[in-house]
Amino acid sequence: MEVLKIATAGSVDDGKSTLIGRLLYDTKSLTDDKLEAIERNSKKKGYDYLDFSLATDGLVAEREQGITIDVAHIYFSTKKKSYIIADTPGHVEYTRNMVTGASQAQASIILIDARKGVIEQTYRHFFINNLLRVKHVIVAVNKMDLVNYDQQVFEDIKADFEKLNSQSSYEEQEVTFIPISALKGDNVAQKTDAMSWYTGDSVLDFLETLKPEQEELTAARFPVQTVVRPKKDEFHDYRGYAGKIYGNSLKVGDAITVLPSLTSSKIKSIEFFDEQYDEAVAGSSVTITLENDINVTRGDILVKSDEVPHSAKTLTASVCWMDGKALVPGAKYEIQHNTNRVLAKIDSIENVISTDYSGEDASATQLTLNEIGKVNFKLSKNLFYDNYADNKAGGSFILIDTQSNTTAGVGFIG
Amino acid sequence: MSKILKTNALESEAIYIFREVVAQFENPVLLFSGGKDSITLVRLAQKAFYPGKIPFPLLHVDTGHNFPETIEFRDKLVEELGLNLIVRHVQDAIDEGKVTEETGKYSSRNMLQTTTLLDAIEEFKFDACIGGARRDEEKARAKERIFSVRDDFGQWDEKNQRPELFDLLNGKIEIGQNVRVFPISNWTELDVWSYIEQEQIEIPSIYFSHKRKTFVRDGLIWSASKYVYREENEEVLERIVRFRTVGDMTCTAAVESEADTIARIVSEIKTSTISERGARIDDKRSEAAMEKRKQQGYF
Ligand SMILES: Nc1nc2c(ncn2[C@@H]2O[C@H](COP(=O)(O)OP(=O)(O)O)[C@@H](O)[C@H]2O)c(=O)[nH]1
Repeated sequence: MEVLKIATAGSVDDGKSTLIGRLLYDTKSLTDDKLEAIERNSKKKGYDYLDFSLATDGLVAEREQGITIDVAHIYFSTKKKSYIIADTPGHVEYTRNMVTGASQAQASIILIDARKGVIEQTYRHFFINNLLRVKHVIVAVNKMDLVNYDQQVFEDIKADFEKLNSQSSYEEQEVTFIPISALKGDNVAQKTDAMSWYTGDSVLDFLETLKPEQEELTAARFPVQTVVRPKKDEFHDYRGYAGKIYGNSLKVGDAITVLPSLTSSKIKSIEFFDEQYDEAVAGSSVTITLENDINVTRGDILVKSDEVPHSAKTLTASVCWMDGKALVPGAKYEIQHNTNRVLAKIDSIENVISTDYSGEDASATQLTLNEIGKVNFKLSKNLFYDNYADNKAGGSFILIDTQSNTTAGVGFIG
Repeated sequence: MSKILKTNALESEAIYIFREVVAQFENPVLLFSGGKDSITLVRLAQKAFYPGKIPFPLLHVDTGHNFPETIEFRDKLVEELGLNLIVRHVQDAIDEGKVTEETGKYSSRNMLQTTTLLDAIEEFKFDACIGGARRDEEKARAKERIFSVRDDFGQWDEKNQRPELFDLLNGKIEIGQNVRVFPISNWTELDVWSYIEQEQIEIPSIYFSHKRKTFVRDGLIWSASKYVYREENEEVLERIVRFRTVGDMTCTAAVESEADTIARIVSEIKTSTISERGARIDDKRSEAAMEKRKQQGYF
């Protein structure tokens, strides 16, 4: 079954939880006991409608504060597809969660309250979807019931948003606008009569048309996770390189180059469990064997010999900072790039990027939690990498704090 | 014609996670309960390292109140795949006075497992414990990471979790810490059953429809057993049931079902309107039950 990963973004009270709850309800993904819990809790709170947001708000702290504070994963499926929603909170201070959710997503839903229109938060949400190059963005204009399902309200918001879109650096991004009422279920799973002026799909119908496997295909990258060496007689000389394929498919016979050693060989076999294949596509976790007996270890990358990325001992990246301790020049972090780790020193911080498209990137001496900035790194050894815009897997990395071991930030090269 | 591998996204993701565990940790272990989720994990691990053997042991924390069918099944699986199985008993922790047996109507050894698990982690110096928890099971689990760092006391600090971006898993830890790993985080109950069907994986007989002596309490069907507390007015009847989840007898309720093949189970789940955890007696204690238990080091 196809799996589509979706991230959601919206400001507090725009109706994100209600929308997700509604999707679950309309696809019959809420079980009786969950539905009962929702009914019970809605009644306890004195509501005269079903509060679907209760289907998603997980942690005790969240229920107490009545807000969503971390990424929660929600699952539902239709006959066509399985869906995984990363529900990320909309507060400014949780940019890190939104970036996390978007890093996994093939599509993203940005909610706008029809009464409020495009607000500063919307800029941030769209900016993150731009930076992370999420292919499909659905702008759901919610609470249409509160503006009498007025087409003009929708068109005005759409026009405002398109002004933003024209500043986007990611031209292939597909933005789709849908007027909805999450509470009433209008245009969520079913088309509604209330807005006959709208001729497009409902949110769910639109999601059903997306093809997750048709992510834009880029140069093949095969980061080696581990080497399989069975201690069995019949596999005495066997060396299999276990990993996951990113980008274009790999085929038996492909001429490949091993990074960073730059030794070359040919793919002898592509194996998955006890079967051998001629070809495997992006997303496959396979084991590859090579014609020659060359030294390959974890952290190495197999690439096609005519698609070798550039290498350098420095790099520049947009960094989203996720740690309470600020990023400052001179500090050392470990970079995890695919399955490889190298020590890196912060050379300089060029600026803090304004995430609201105001175009005023401020110069900065540090990067604090939830800020995004351009950062120059010096590396302890040569690294082969791609620009994020050309290749997501080869162009992204995380920064690990060498003292606390925490994941302190994420970088997008270029 | 060339043979092209069609990937199953969830299977591929789980295999990727297993390989990261083996590459990033020195001493991983797979927590094996004998239930369908841990049996599925074993199959995925087998695929991840083929033609090599599964490069870590299995740990079973035995409450002593298991369904005998589960234990039989476990031993057969271990034998067939040549796995290394470690068993630690909750009874030992009770005998040593580390924990006290619960009494009364809802008494269970489910909570007591935590102590035995933490002791075993310390005894063997496990740095990664692979488990079959899924995010769709329960609200607090929905926030769980794939690599979830625990401190010396096994505690989960849900407010301070490492962000997980793209496929980049960070398993760096201090000595004394360990990581709980959830390769099938993103699977739903139906995904697991469909996979069992597709792969023709063998599972213990109690998952299939059978006759069993049971009684009803709080709308749930409980097994009548010497391990399960029962009040005199709670009448035992033979019912046709099966289990959707298999844990300790004292915390696993049965459902009435005629499903006697995996295909029938799959179609039953597709039309079912009760969540799997709805049959977990331990969760009924309170809405925040799972989150509290997790903070204390429960799996
Ligand atoms: N009238 C109306 N109210 C809505 C709609 N969607 C959400 N709401 C209400 O707006 C409030 C906030 O919704 P919630 O889903 O909790 O917002 P979140 O903070 O974005 O998750 C709740 O009282 C909802 O009932 C809608 O389409 N129409």
